[in-house]
Amino acid sequence: MGEHAREDARPTGISSRECGSCEGFTRSEALRRAAAARGPRTAREWDPRMPHPAGAGIDRRGLLAGAAGGLLSVYGAGRLGLTNRLLAEGIARAATVQGPSSPILVTVFLAGGIDSLSILAPASDPLYHKLRPTLAVAPGAGSAFTEDPRLRWHPAAGSFAALHDAGKVTVFPGIGYASPDMSHFTSRHYWEVGATETRITTGWLGRYLDVAGSAGNPLQGLSMDGEMNPTLATASNPVAAIDRPDDFSLWLNGVWGDVFTETLDSAAALGAAQSRSHDAAIAQVAQAASEVGTVRRALAPFSDSNGNPTYHSPVSYPTSGTGDFPQRLAGLAAMIGTGLPLRCVALTSDMQFDTHDHQQQTFDSGLQLIADSLAAFQADLEARGVADRVLVHLWSEFGRRAQENGSAGTDHGAAGVSLLIGTRTNGTMVGEWPGIANLDVNGNQVENVDFRGVYCSLLEQWFGHDASAVIPGAARFQRYGLVK
Amino acid sequence: MAQLAGSPIAVFRGPFTERHATRLLWRAGFGPKPGQARKLAAVGLDAAVASLTRPSGPARLIGKPPHGRNGAPLDPLNVWGDDHCWWLDRMVRSNHQLVERMTLVWHSWFATSIEASDAALMLRQNAMMRAEALGNFHQLLLNVTSDPAMLLWLSGTSNTKYSPNENYAREVMELFTLGADRGAYSQHDVRAQARALTGFANDWPNSGPTNFRFDPTLHDDGVKRIFGHRGRFDWRDTCRLCVEHPLHPSFFVRKLWSYFVGTPVPPGVGRALERVYTSGGHQVRPLVEAILRHPLFYVGPRMVTPPVVYCAGMLRALGRTVETNDWAWICQQAGQLLFAPPNVAGWDYRHWLDTSRWAARFTAVNYALQDATIDTSSNAYPANETPAQAVHAALRHWNHPPVSARTHASLMAFSHRVQRSITADWEQVSYRILRQNALRALIPTSPEWQTC
Repeated sequence: MGEHAREDARPTGISSRECGSCEGFTRSEALRRAAAARGPRTAREWDPRMPHPAGAGIDRRGLLAGAAGGLLSVYGAGRLGLTNRLLAEGIARAATVQGPSSPILVTVFLAGGIDSLSILAPASDPLYHKLRPTLAVAPGAGSAFTEDPRLRWHPAAGSFAALHDAGKVTVFPGIGYASPDMSHFTSRHYWEVGATETRITTGWLGRYLDVAGSAGNPLQGLSMDGEMNPTLATASNPVAAIDRPDDFSLWLNGVWGDVFTETLDSAAALGAAQSRSHDAAIAQVAQAASEVGTVRRALAPFSDSNGNPTYHSPVSYPTSGTGDFPQRLAGLAAMIGTGLPLRCVALTSDMQFDTHDHQQQTFDSGLQLIADSLAAFQADLEARGVADRVLVHLWSEFGRRAQENGSAGTDHGAAGVSLLIGTRTNGTMVGEWPGIANLDVNGNQVENVDFRGVYCSLLEQWFGHDASAVIPGAARFQRYGLVK
Repeated sequence: MAQLAGSPIAVFRGPFTERHATRLLWRAGFGPKPGQARKLAAVGLDAAVASLTRPSGPARLIGKPPHGRNGAPLDPLNVWGDDHCWWLDRMVRSNHQLVERMTLVWHSWFATSIEASDAALMLRQNAMMRAEALGNFHQLLLNVTSDPAMLLWLSGTSNTKYSPNENYAREVMELFTLGADRGAYSQHDVRAQARALTGFANDWPNSGPTNFRFDPTLHDDGVKRIFGHRGRFDWRDTCRLCVEHPLHPSFFVRKLWSYFVGTPVPPGVGRALERVYTSGGHQVRPLVEAILRHPLFYVGPRMVTPPVVYCAGMLRALGRTVETNDWAWICQQAGQLLFAPPNVAGWDYRHWLDTSRWAARFTAVNYALQDATIDTSSNAYPANETPAQAVHAALRHWNHPPVSARTHASLMAFSHRVQRSITADWEQVSYRILRQNALRALIPTSPEWQTC
């Protein structure tokens, strides 16, 4: 599509079908690539004496032994001693207590409100083509959705179709909540906190970790967004944010060896001493400093002294031009494979699905990458023999308006689609497709499954935990059979 | 120096010390330069605030001009991240510190990302916000609504009478002027505002978006009903109706306050500030002056310093300027790449830190200290330096910033531990060099340095 000049919307009311924002899109891709290529590893170039990360070179067996027998022995602490002992012990204890078969939930957020009417499309419905004159999926395109003859999987979602045919995907084709809010931020917030309330500041998985997690294991709630994911926000127990396990190392010019280890431990200890400060800002910095010490130790075996991954994926992941979503999943599979005590993991897609203008290009490539990456992740987990421990929940803050707008895009909608992926999910449709004949007053699809009921069901069936301690008003929501 | 008028709002009346001046310089600017807080404390609160809110003359950039790696000049229009470094340099060197800080506030308030446009349009928007930084909010809103980067970011030029697009209509009310979930507007208002906002257009030659204009033939000039008013409204009316909405002043005051003070605005103070704002015809400066003089600004809890302020502040404290374009990816990893806010809601000032972002700040410290590192193979370092002398030398490197007793004790303990670990003769000098390099890095990673 590269070089098309954009035609502006014509007074005839028909906007151009040419690529809408090629210039911007291409540039933003280039920027992301440049950013990715320019990662922090370049810093090693200007000081060859950069310290090797603590624990580098330890193989998976070493880590497992460490996790079972106490990480202290694995990572040692040099002759200067380890000051961050309690947290390191916390991880070791959690790994031991949690055991090798404890369940993990991975929540994947598709930012921007993905268009569910394109993922599962009523491709032979004339009304659909009337509502979507430029965006409709062609009749016969993609593959049939076996649980509802009216729908077809988008051609870019072939990997989801294959996983579904193999019984590994539960589909929620009409998920949402009553009185839908069309603000990205409000609706996303509702999904993140597990309630349609704006004032709650902890995530639903964060609250689960507050009641069921430990005070010593930040890896129990792991954001892989390179920043905290609000779904994991806790009130008390620690959680961690990384990008990839092989991309969490620190260095300092002119400081190496034992003194470097001691430097990091000193920063972590100063943090630990103030992480309960009554001043919230001090506590925020201090808690992060303290948890960095723990996470750094736990992840040291995943990269070598040059910052390259030490793990090998048994399957190949797709290549992304817009970020490292596939590589983050590959790193996650490796972490799960080593037995690190993860419990709740959160990732956000690199691509935005807020497709107000010229939807097709961003949507198709974005959906393809998401579906292929998650299929590779599933195959990876199966190859490592840990697939039965993991469920992936894929969600977006809302669906999009049934009728496309005049810019070959779609505006914010209400009910949307959500998927639950894994060997232990029931693999059948939950709820039903809401159709497009009866839309709400704003022209949006109406939900028939409440996301909070899904959360309650996951808490009870996957984690074996009382949902009422986590989700406000849990008793009000229907439960669905999600886990087999 | 300009004088501030009497204020109906409470003013901090305690002694205005170096500690208070330090907080003022961090929150209303980008941290003190060596000795600056002491000088500012000496002139007293009112004059200190006026020096920030009413700087005299045109802004001057003081100190060495910025450059990228290997001394190459910055190329903000063409090189990824150089736009970030270009602005970071202004934050470090401008003598109109609050103007830059307010420009940063507006960048987050009207968060626009380069991903929808290009550096030229982003820098144009940046200049527009700087010009109105302490000016009039109504004017600023008009400027933003017709700003090319914003028109691309929130689909303004995709919104025509033939094909309304609600993107800007919703955000201008939800995020810019009124706030969500307050009953200020309905979905009907969103649709009507979208119609009012139709008419902007631009061309798309291969060289990039250009020729932004208002084209009356694309504007829906029909009657709309917005907030209960009826009229043939256009984009100027959208702005006017938003700032005249009865729920706008309370939204505006609370949002502006939140950038400067770590506790919510008390209801009585909020109402008084709203009156200042409304009676002043939406002027920003008097409101900022009231906030910067308010007791809660000085006695309230600390705030986490935003990543770019943290980086600019380290360079200012060290008397350095931007000498590498690495600051772009460093700030990106720390959670604040300029011209690329995470979304239209801007940066979340309540949650700046997590493990990943703390690690990025550690990297920032390393780069701030770059070239000042003592060569570990050198023999020219005192082999008899005591732990206390080492801590003192490291604090001197940072021009003796205020350090809590706890942090000082932690630095001392570290200094002792390193010394105790020396066993071989060759380590007497080299470990002391390692220790000094490490101490210099530990100081700005402390919780009190990262907060203000």
